[in-house]
Amino acid sequence: MKSLAELQALRDKMKNNMGIRSDDTGNIRVVVGMATCGIAAGARPVLQAFTEEVAKRNLQNITITQTGCIGICQYEPVVEVMEPGKEKVTYVKMTPEKAVKVVLEHLVNGNVVAEYTIGAAAK
Amino acid sequence: MQELSLNVLDIAQNSVRAKAGLIEIAVEEDCKRDSLIITVKDDGCGMTQEQVQRVTDPFFTTRTTRKVGLGVPLLKMAAEMTGGSFSIRSAVGEGTTVTASFARSHIDRMPLGDMAATICSLIQCNPDIDFVYTYRYGEQSFAADTRQFRQVLEGVPLSEPEVLGYIGDFIRENTAELQTNQG
Repeated sequence: MKSLAELQALRDKMKNNMGIRSDDTGNIRVVVGMATCGIAAGARPVLQAFTEEVAKRNLQNITITQTGCIGICQYEPVVEVMEPGKEKVTYVKMTPEKAVKVVLEHLVNGNVVAEYTIGAAAK
Repeated sequence: MQELSLNVLDIAQNSVRAKAGLIEIAVEEDCKRDSLIITVKDDGCGMTQEQVQRVTDPFFTTRTTRKVGLGVPLLKMAAEMTGGSFSIRSAVGEGTTVTASFARSHIDRMPLGDMAATICSLIQCNPDIDFVYTYRYGEQSFAADTRQFRQVLEGVPLSEPEVLGYIGDFIRENTAELQTNQG
């Protein structure tokens, strides 16, 4: 049985690290579509993959969140990346493997993975 | 939907959109009675009686971006496929309770799947909402309650990956313990 004492230890460890976190400027938002269509198409493992990869690389200033159905159900799982001052990028038919690549190429290196975008899929 | 935990994730999104402050999710397995009961209860805005009657209709939705709403009909179908039942109780201003009962051993009963991933996804994406997940197996049960976690965390956000990892392990380990204790 996992105990709350473990959570207490985790809290103490994290409180020490919270100070070095910078503010919200330049915050990148990764938004995963989590309506019925997205969930049925596999959005939950995609969300998990983004979360794990961002945590593993200890990337700051990235918020991973959800949205509902945006009306392009045939392209689910859909992930939007929103960066201040840049155009929104919409990735479609995502998988956990593609999510890892988007974290590396786009979020870390700043290069949009064009082949996964809706523009490429619609051709 | 390939597993029931995905239906639960989907149904709980309705509670999120109903502006719930507390969402209580329960899974109760009983081998003797051969039942598996899933309940999602919220304190959100609730529905009118007319809405409650129409919500199992796939061509009813309150959304304006599209004409169908499949979440509730899919869960209802999953339950009824096993000879089980489905019900919604709701009152405007009080909240909504969705209950789906399954015949546990029926061949068409989908596996429960990864409830820990469902609960963690919900907590991560909705840091302002409290969740209680109760799992019962026979006589024994445990609960993961974000109100309790928040108290321990003293301001450290629930959505931190390490915290979510702890909550996921908490659910997985306690679930496995209940199941092995009673065979």
